[in-house]
Amino acid sequence: MSEQSQAPTTDWVVERGKIAEFARAVQNESAAYTQGDPVAPPTFPQSMALWRTRARRPGGPVGREGLDMRRVLHGEQEFEYVRPLRAGDVLTAEANVKDRYEKEGKRGGTMTFIVTETTFRDANGEVVAYSRGTTIQTSKAAT
Amino acid sequence: MTIEDGAAHSETMVEKVDRAMFVRYAGASGDFNPIHWNEDFAKSAGYPGVFAQGMFTAGVLGTFLTNWVGEENVRRFRTRFVGQVWPGEQIVCSGKVTKLFDDNGEKRAEVELSVTNEKGEKKIDGDATVVV
Repeated sequence: MSEQSQAPTTDWVVERGKIAEFARAVQNESAAYTQGDPVAPPTFPQSMALWRTRARRPGGPVGREGLDMRRVLHGEQEFEYVRPLRAGDVLTAEANVKDRYEKEGKRGGTMTFIVTETTFRDANGEVVAYSRGTTIQTSKAAT
Repeated sequence: MTIEDGAAHSETMVEKVDRAMFVRYAGASGDFNPIHWNEDFAKSAGYPGVFAQGMFTAGVLGTFLTNWVGEENVRRFRTRFVGQVWPGEQIVCSGKVTKLFDDNGEKRAEVELSVTNEKGEKKIDGDATVVV
């Protein structure tokens, strides 16, 4: 197991426009996302993950350096909320590689599993949400 | 809709998946992995063509859930990706309340979730914790 962490990023503002755009992209027509200061859809932190990491890490998200995107699969993703995220929230995020291990694939070759956890804190430093993901690199491109 | 033990709900959220949905999700999420919008790249990786971002389909399942339980009530949402979603398929979402419990005075429910296509082939297994 390797421990790898990313220093907390600078402030991230949960924006109304981004919430509305994201809601539309996940086929959500609820008026709740286009009025006032809406809460963020359940998978919304994913929209921050890539921008956040690109800004600081030219190699992409923490733990994914050097992966061949032809062989990468998303295995699992979980979001946990202490409270809903809302437009106007100013968040910082810290991503850590929690685990990295290999398994023999069913059709031979080695599969690599990378488990990351991101902790989101609000402007008061309170933890408001967690995002946990498993990325898999298969031994070879799909056939 | 009421959230009570054993309550079940199912809905076809997308009648016909198309590539424009992947492009829109790429823009909204920042996930521009070309395997989801570039046919040549997808084929070079051994796939028959482009397929949905797992998080696009998970997001649609999230839409199904918030339509059911309310936008402000999701406290945990987990998805495990078990099959690719291809252009032309339907996205059918299903949920079932498996447990009601009390968490520090707040009434909550565990919900089992899944996504299948029109043939019932499983795409996502998931579960969620919601405030009732």
